[in-house]
Amino acid sequence: MALLSIENLAVSFYTRNGITRAVRDISFSVELGETLAIVGESGSGKSVSCYSMLGLIPCPPGKIESGKALFDGVDLLNCSDTKLREIRGNKIAMIFQDPMTCLNPYLTVGEQLVEPLIYHKKLSRAEAKKKAIDLMTEVGIRTPEENFDAWPHEFSGGMRQRVMIAMALIAEPQLLIADEPTTALDVTIQKQILDLIADIQKKRNIGVIFISHDLGVVKNLADKVIVMKAGQIVEQGTAQEVLSNPKHEYTQKLLAAIPSGAKDTPHHNNSDSQILVQVKNLVTDFKVKGNVFRAVNDVSFNIYSKEILGLVGESGSGKSTIGRSILRLVNASGGSVTYHSEELLNKNAQQMKPLRRKMQMIFQDPYASLNPRMTIYDTLAEPMKLHGIAKGAELNQAVLKLMDDVGLARAFVRKYPHEFSGGQRQRIAIGRAIATKPEFIVADEPVSALDVTIQKQILELIGYLVDKHELSMLFISHDLAVVRKLCDRVIVLKHGVLVESGEVETLWQNPQHDYTRDLLQAVMH
Amino acid sequence: MLRFIFTRLLQAIPVLLVVITVTFFLVRFAPGGPFDGERKVDPSVLKALEAQYNLDQPLITQYFSYLGDLIQGDLGPSFKYPGRSVNELIGAGFPITAELGIYAILVALAIGGCAGVLSALKPNSTRDYVSMSAAMIGICMPAFLLGPLLILIFGIWLEWLPVSGWGDLPGDKVLPSLTLGAVYAAYVARLSRGGMLEVLSQDYIRTARAKGLPEHVVILKHGLRAGMLPVVAYLGPAFAGILSGSFVIESVFQIHGLGRFYVLAAFNRDYTLIMGCTVFLAALIILFNLFSDVLAAYLNPRLRSQLGGKS
Repeated sequence: MALLSIENLAVSFYTRNGITRAVRDISFSVELGETLAIVGESGSGKSVSCYSMLGLIPCPPGKIESGKALFDGVDLLNCSDTKLREIRGNKIAMIFQDPMTCLNPYLTVGEQLVEPLIYHKKLSRAEAKKKAIDLMTEVGIRTPEENFDAWPHEFSGGMRQRVMIAMALIAEPQLLIADEPTTALDVTIQKQILDLIADIQKKRNIGVIFISHDLGVVKNLADKVIVMKAGQIVEQGTAQEVLSNPKHEYTQKLLAAIPSGAKDTPHHNNSDSQILVQVKNLVTDFKVKGNVFRAVNDVSFNIYSKEILGLVGESGSGKSTIGRSILRLVNASGGSVTYHSEELLNKNAQQMKPLRRKMQMIFQDPYASLNPRMTIYDTLAEPMKLHGIAKGAELNQAVLKLMDDVGLARAFVRKYPHEFSGGQRQRIAIGRAIATKPEFIVADEPVSALDVTIQKQILELIGYLVDKHELSMLFISHDLAVVRKLCDRVIVLKHGVLVESGEVETLWQNPQHDYTRDLLQAVMH
Repeated sequence: MLRFIFTRLLQAIPVLLVVITVTFFLVRFAPGGPFDGERKVDPSVLKALEAQYNLDQPLITQYFSYLGDLIQGDLGPSFKYPGRSVNELIGAGFPITAELGIYAILVALAIGGCAGVLSALKPNSTRDYVSMSAAMIGICMPAFLLGPLLILIFGIWLEWLPVSGWGDLPGDKVLPSLTLGAVYAAYVARLSRGGMLEVLSQDYIRTARAKGLPEHVVILKHGLRAGMLPVVAYLGPAFAGILSGSFVIESVFQIHGLGRFYVLAAFNRDYTLIMGCTVFLAALIILFNLFSDVLAAYLNPRLRSQLGGKS
């Protein structure tokens, strides 16, 4: 008998805007010792299907329409709250996507770890603490005795996810549900966490449901794969079958979206093309609680015209700070940045203004970087009005042309940001950046917040626009696969220091620095 | 943490100085004086009185001598209660006002907190609508209306509770405390509802549920602390409001607390008593704002470590 078997599950959300059928009649099962991956884009119902059987979706507006979820002979969808609570966190445990928000900031890590033992296993606090410390060691948390009393905010993202994993495992569940457990983490950390989950699954012989939008991530992990689209299962089978011989076109699309291989038309004439931006011995310091923190330490590089330079590093490596220092969005502490041989660092705000038109930025989070109270028209027209590029009827034409450029229907022009999906918003943000006809754009992780299929479209759009408008770009990313697909040259940053630079393919084939090798290894595709 | 408290105390000094200066000169420039009454006082007596209290000296000299006395903790003699110092009067009235204030705060926290949390657990339910409407009425209704209303219902119609006094008859502290606390209970209810609603939608509450914790543990242990932060931050201003609000309550219920002295002092132009009460209350309010800030910081581990000193 299967450990968990879901039969004909259907879940809907009844909202003011109508009924959303989030999960439509799906069935699947998981055995002990097996890893099942549920793959799909955001909104495909993959998380809802797992949350609903544990009673973790808010009802109303959610409603379980039909189905059974048999676990250990109990129908989870049709049992008492007390019974369900006994199973939750005890026999079935969960790991969530964002370790930054999923731990309670007001309780110590240790307190949160021992809770399942105290409530499910009725252990004394001392026994529970001993077990928690053993488990913290097992999931790779250093000095567990000291860290037991630490607060979540004192931990990095990767460490918090280890705490989440320990918390899920502590009551020795038979089934672990991991909902995008690595999406919010850096690539190198991603690999460590995936390895840890695989390791634990083997050692304890438990069932794992792994929810992800990225087929690449589940490749090395899953025994079985389910592909979901719009609340339905469109394909299922062993990982081998689904990944090597996808039947449904949606699965094929997902597979094709995984960035792989090199840029189609690399840009190789660096020697004779002209230097656009020259960064020399750039230093940027931040003052944190009276201490000086050196975010960027003596970094020098050039950006040639019409090239895309990739800037790679983990979070906290100072890569965003470099981009912002070049655009004078933060003040550098030393060194020099020239644009067309013109020094930027000693210019005041007034003197920078005419240059701003030529140098633009695209941000990571398309949800936060668009003004929610401005229509798309206003968002796109504002920079053009500000820099006196167009007005009147000409302005309307320019905005509409911009919409065409970034692949948005002209009819959307009067809509507000919340009416768009993440990918569409990033198109708007890109449109805003190219509205002033710039020469140079800093793109700070523009695709990191997006699903793989959308990511692919946005990368294609960026490549197309860079060619069409002959732009130069500093493309900041933590994902080497993305950088390889898009960039001509790449520089690698670690702890604010430039450790390696060169042509993307050269670096890919023959990385010189250990850190670059780590980064490359972490990209498993 | 200690350093934070120390800095805040230092910052309080200029604030107090401004309060003292403004009050001192405003009171003096207001028409009338401490010895103006129904009957004309004999000019020679008036002169002697003014000389006795140094009122014949230039204003600026009086100001500095007042400051000098104040630094030594001497608030001066009362003009209207001969032979009694302002220190004595405050000493006599404040314990009563403080007791009333504390009961009022407790009423506010108990009623408001429970109502707010219960509303937040079932938003947009009948329970929520009823308690939030009650809170709205509580906020809108002034104490000088609510007080007499409660007296009428519980004191006169039902004859359950005494209608006035403080500590003379059993149960006479109930109505004043309720009346004074009611407005603040309403604010606390709204704040704690908002705070809890926000917290309960957080991801870590979902984590706590996913761990299979009993619902009361999820609410009380994982939710309440963060949910109550807005209320804690409000305690300082609430205390200030309660102290000044207690003047009305003390008049309505015939309680001889600090508020009564304060109001009478203002009518009588009892310069030193007005000054004394003002300075004393200002210092208390500053102290309580500091206290609620420290408490809020203490409840938030991130702030706590920023202010120095782990746990």
